[in-house]
Amino acid sequence: MIPWIIGTAVLTVGPMAWSLYLSFTDYHLIRGGEWIGLQNYTAIFDDPMFYRTVRVTLLYVLIAVPVKLVASLLVAILLSQHRRGMGFYRAAFYMPSLIAMSVGVALIWKALFSNGGVQDGIMSSFGWEGGGFLGNPSVSILMLVLLAVWSFGAPMVIFLAGLMQVPQELYEAADVDGAGRWSKFVRITLPMLSPVIFFNVLMETVGAFQLFGPAYIIGGESGAPAWSTLFYTVRIYTLAFTDFRMGYASAYAWLLVLAVGLVTVIMFRAAKRLVFYAGEDR
Amino acid sequence: MSVKTAGGRVIVRKRRTAAERAKSAVWHAAMLAVLAIVLYPLLWVITASLKGNTDIITDTSLWPKAITWEHFANAFDGLAGIPLWRFFWNSTLIAALSVVGVVVSCSMTAYALGRLRFPGRSAMLGVVIATLLLPGQVMLIPQYLIFSELEVTNTYVPLVIGKFLALESFFVFLYIQFLRGIPRELDQAAKIDGAGHFRIFFSILLPLLRPAVVTSSIFTFIWSWNDFLGPLIYLYDMEKFPLPRLLQSYSNTEGVTNWGGMMAMTLLSLVPVVLFFLVFQKFLIRGIATSGVKG
Repeated sequence: MIPWIIGTAVLTVGPMAWSLYLSFTDYHLIRGGEWIGLQNYTAIFDDPMFYRTVRVTLLYVLIAVPVKLVASLLVAILLSQHRRGMGFYRAAFYMPSLIAMSVGVALIWKALFSNGGVQDGIMSSFGWEGGGFLGNPSVSILMLVLLAVWSFGAPMVIFLAGLMQVPQELYEAADVDGAGRWSKFVRITLPMLSPVIFFNVLMETVGAFQLFGPAYIIGGESGAPAWSTLFYTVRIYTLAFTDFRMGYASAYAWLLVLAVGLVTVIMFRAAKRLVFYAGEDR
Repeated sequence: MSVKTAGGRVIVRKRRTAAERAKSAVWHAAMLAVLAIVLYPLLWVITASLKGNTDIITDTSLWPKAITWEHFANAFDGLAGIPLWRFFWNSTLIAALSVVGVVVSCSMTAYALGRLRFPGRSAMLGVVIATLLLPGQVMLIPQYLIFSELEVTNTYVPLVIGKFLALESFFVFLYIQFLRGIPRELDQAAKIDGAGHFRIFFSILLPLLRPAVVTSSIFTFIWSWNDFLGPLIYLYDMEKFPLPRLLQSYSNTEGVTNWGGMMAMTLLSLVPVVLFFLVFQKFLIRGIATSGVKG
């Protein structure tokens, strides 16, 4: 069984090291390449496309993750208050997260948000003149944000499992002390739930940085319209597999690894102060 | 209110249940509102695939004015002379291979990492957890170069090999979590009776791991069914395309003019996932609740 692990380590660590090496070369799939030191990295920082992709990706992460998590926590709290029908609603709300990242749903989204489509029709009746989100660069990213929010069921189920584990005695004790709903939420629910919140924030953030499929289907390789959906991973894909500039693309990919790593470290640091582990858990 | 008879008590009790009933009604109303938002896109696509091509996009209602089945006929014709069932078969084949790979390799790796003691074990466990967070994009290019050097691009090998080598850390982690819940005394008793690692694993642990096997199989099937990036990079013969690649090609060619055909095809491609979910939803939800695996 140990060979399996060696295989795992080699096939993960090997490509990573190779990718790091490639990022210091001007490797081209057809022409080959040689060592050019840090030139890829200096070139990236002069690349206007880099700043566009970073802007789009960060904007998405900063909007989609909080909105999705707040929505999922709210619905989870609502669901946890009532037993009857809970299983049904939980299943129904969870289902979209299984298909949200598929090509099919991205195509449905394109239909819903095109000019004259459902979103345009509904918003026009309230005086909106921006047309469908699909063709409007200032709001097109909202399509992807809404897609993320639509898949709130996955973190919701995890929140729900966490809420079920909060000991009821804590609430009863708080009732005896005359605590109100809000203070029970802030002083009992949130601290007891904080490990789960941390987990969800971490996983959703890391996942959001890596969004590819829906962005590629909705915006194509150029992130249409006007680069407004040009996600970082789409740029990596295009550089590597359309332009064949694999050295340069590897440098792009490594910057993503560094960014995600940095975010992860910061979150773990923050978690040390903010996350509360009850009793002997961990 | 001054009446303190038995009848009074009955009134008070009635009032409480009425208040509870009202609260329950508000709760259900809120939940149904969320449900409506969540299900709207799916209901819309079902009716859209039955509408005429002229008003598909602009019609927000969930009731077609006139029902037509031509879009489904179009969808079954597939693309470029290749019928739709062929793409369904490709998707099914890739997903089935992935499921076998994940169940065999991830469960065994989890046994080694979770039960055996050997040098470097905790470091390897660290690698598994680190790859949970590692952006896969960084390995994409070297892996592509490896597979093209081995001349296996445009086959299903690159799409499923990672599953056979236990590279799906999520599932390794899931199996480790489940293994922790199985008492060690069981393997120790078997060891005393002279059972080897394979015997312990296959005869004792694997049957007990059945919930994890089911959960990982379902997730692997669904993720493989939805996977787009892998087929996008590695496959270029349309005959070998799984459904997501077909949908993408269709949307770039036929679908530009034929929204109805595209929506019908999209709907058909989602049906297996939704059916799978309906059948196995209890396992799925228990699985994510215990391990945090994402959809």
